[in-house]
Amino acid sequence: MYATDLLEGVSSGVARPAHSPSRKKRGMLPPLTARDFDRVGKLGSNLSIALEGIWANRLRSMLTTLGIFIGVAAVVAALILTQGVSANITNSITSLGTNVITIAPGAATTRGAIAPAGTTQSLTAADAAAVSKLADVTAVSPIISVNQQVIFSNQNWNTRVEGASPSLQTIQNWTIAEGAWYSATDEQSARSVAVIGQTVKQKLFDPLGVDPVGQTIRMNSQLYHVVGVLQSKGAGGFGGSQDDVIFVPFTTAQDRLKNSTYIDQIVVQIDDASNTNTVQQAITTLLEQRHRIQKGNPDDFNLTSSQQLLQTANQFTSILTILLVGVAAISLTVGGIGIMNIMIVSVTERTREIGIRISIGAQRQDIRNQFLIEALILSLLGGLIGLLIGLLIGFGITSLTGLPFVITLTSLLLPFAISASIGIVFGLYPAVRAARLDPIEALRSL
Amino acid sequence: MEMSKNTSSFASTETVEPTAAAEVTSPRIVNADNQGKPVIVVHNLHKTYWLGQTPVHALRGVSLEVSRGEFVAVMGPSGSGKSTFMNLIGCLDRPTQGEYWLAGKLVSHMSNQELATVRNRLIGFVFQGFNLLSRASALHNVELPMVYGGLTKELREHRARQALQLVGLGTRMDHLPSQLSGGQQQRVAIARSLVNSPSLLLADEPTGNLDSRTSIEVMAILQALNQQGLTIVLVTHEPDIAEYTSRRVTFRDGRLLRDEPVQSPRDAQAEWAALAPADPEKTSQARKEGNTSHVRN
Repeated sequence: MYATDLLEGVSSGVARPAHSPSRKKRGMLPPLTARDFDRVGKLGSNLSIALEGIWANRLRSMLTTLGIFIGVAAVVAALILTQGVSANITNSITSLGTNVITIAPGAATTRGAIAPAGTTQSLTAADAAAVSKLADVTAVSPIISVNQQVIFSNQNWNTRVEGASPSLQTIQNWTIAEGAWYSATDEQSARSVAVIGQTVKQKLFDPLGVDPVGQTIRMNSQLYHVVGVLQSKGAGGFGGSQDDVIFVPFTTAQDRLKNSTYIDQIVVQIDDASNTNTVQQAITTLLEQRHRIQKGNPDDFNLTSSQQLLQTANQFTSILTILLVGVAAISLTVGGIGIMNIMIVSVTERTREIGIRISIGAQRQDIRNQFLIEALILSLLGGLIGLLIGLLIGFGITSLTGLPFVITLTSLLLPFAISASIGIVFGLYPAVRAARLDPIEALRSL
Repeated sequence: MEMSKNTSSFASTETVEPTAAAEVTSPRIVNADNQGKPVIVVHNLHKTYWLGQTPVHALRGVSLEVSRGEFVAVMGPSGSGKSTFMNLIGCLDRPTQGEYWLAGKLVSHMSNQELATVRNRLIGFVFQGFNLLSRASALHNVELPMVYGGLTKELREHRARQALQLVGLGTRMDHLPSQLSGGQQQRVAIARSLVNSPSLLLADEPTGNLDSRTSIEVMAILQALNQQGLTIVLVTHEPDIAEYTSRRVTFRDGRLLRDEPVQSPRDAQAEWAALAPADPEKTSQARKEGNTSHVRN
């Protein structure tokens, strides 16, 4: 037998009429009252309808999110990379000593740029001695810098040799791994002693398995006694290792390595960073007097503070960030247009569905929300995947290049903010278009 | 929140009673059981479309009343204005001129938002092409008007099951429309039209895509619903189908040509009862359906 509840009486052969009182209410749904309506909000329903829509077009949805997630991954990776570079530069600047002003010969070029050392010769050890008497100055070291071939036994290595006062150890925050830094006496007597960096130790001594302290190395056909080995400071911010260095007493370097009254640098440590400007002023005035520079003529020296260096480095990294993130943002925009494209196709394809929904009582905002939520989910999903992939790429690059892996809250939240706004901005037009469809036209479409 | 705003605007809507007696109406739109009052009152309805600079007068002043419990067939050749009339009655469109009261409410001047609520709560639609969502199960399709009506999930499911059982699809609730025959799809559509307890069931060529057997079945269901008090307006161009109704309204050139009662309407339920057991194909289908008749017990 085949029947419905409504036709029950008929199909079972019971005689008509159907108007008998017993049948009156049979087969009708109980009536609804005003209280039954508007019991639940419709955003939840809109959400589940949107999810169904995405699931029904899995492949297309996935390809759409692809555009967003590549963009977000690029942004995240770019942020991690630049933050890593920034942290690295900051580290190496602070490792050179905080509250430090460096005086170099030659006219100051652009603000904060480092003039090539040794091109002009104007600074002397007497200048350094004069600077050390200024107020707020805690330590001063003149520096002579030469590149030198260093030989130990059958090993040799080309490195930077710096002649400096013992005070340089505290100015530049060097820690001793083995032995000791040379003493003030060593400097006064211009003894042939040396403190070597980790790289030099690795190149000269590690192959032979010899403890460097107490050994004798040869530089410029002269013998130097190794008294200490430095702790590693890691890679420098501007290329090259800070550990590839040998320190010898300033007087020794002046007599034996350079043989000149002129020096390459004066490093000045001051008591507090807030005094940087006043001390810089005092140094400038002092040196202008000593060098007899007329007012209006360019100085034959220039000052760089670690503060200025940090500033410059920050400028540099923020430009780098803008550049990289800008490029990544272009791909995000392309991804957003992809979402808009797909949503417009989806609205066109589902015109009839929209017509059905409107005809059975969906409000325009229900239709708009349905498509807006769909676009939002697609872009947020893309943002989430992009964040994960971007973190992976960022981790890969930083660990390959030895940069620190820095994650800030910004680099975690930014992708979500970006992808959510892309979803809303690029999803709004198709959604509004869907909501404005004429139900009669929509129902007529295929 | 949106809806509460909506309903408050309904409270302020002019609820002019076309008949003399003023009646206290619910501030919300639900099927107010205004027994004896006309469900539809249409007065001097005009609809003019513009094709570029040329006006097309689809309706030129139609006046009509449909009382509660009537079963009206709207007939007429294509271009007669019956589709336009149908769209206006179904609140899918607004008249250029004239008034339309549905269940005591002047709907001809309502906003889009208010019309959507009217479609949701006062009107049930049955279309020629079924118009089910192809991705959704029968149950889900039937639930949809209640989703937009904001009914609770429990009530939605309960009523959707009830409605599907009512049209004899109790065992096929989880089937997709593509897994159902045309007649079954139309029965799902009828179930969907019923779930919000509408004041009016609007059927637009409901048998147009069905063979004559299934047409009788659908008409039998509609007749049964009508006998239980549901007002039905059915648009058709088939004179046979109109014979199952109680009143025939004929349109021509945008005007009402005839409005007459159907003399001795045919009884679709009796015809269906006579047909059903005799047809071997149907019987086999019944077996395939797992003997839906057990629902009766």
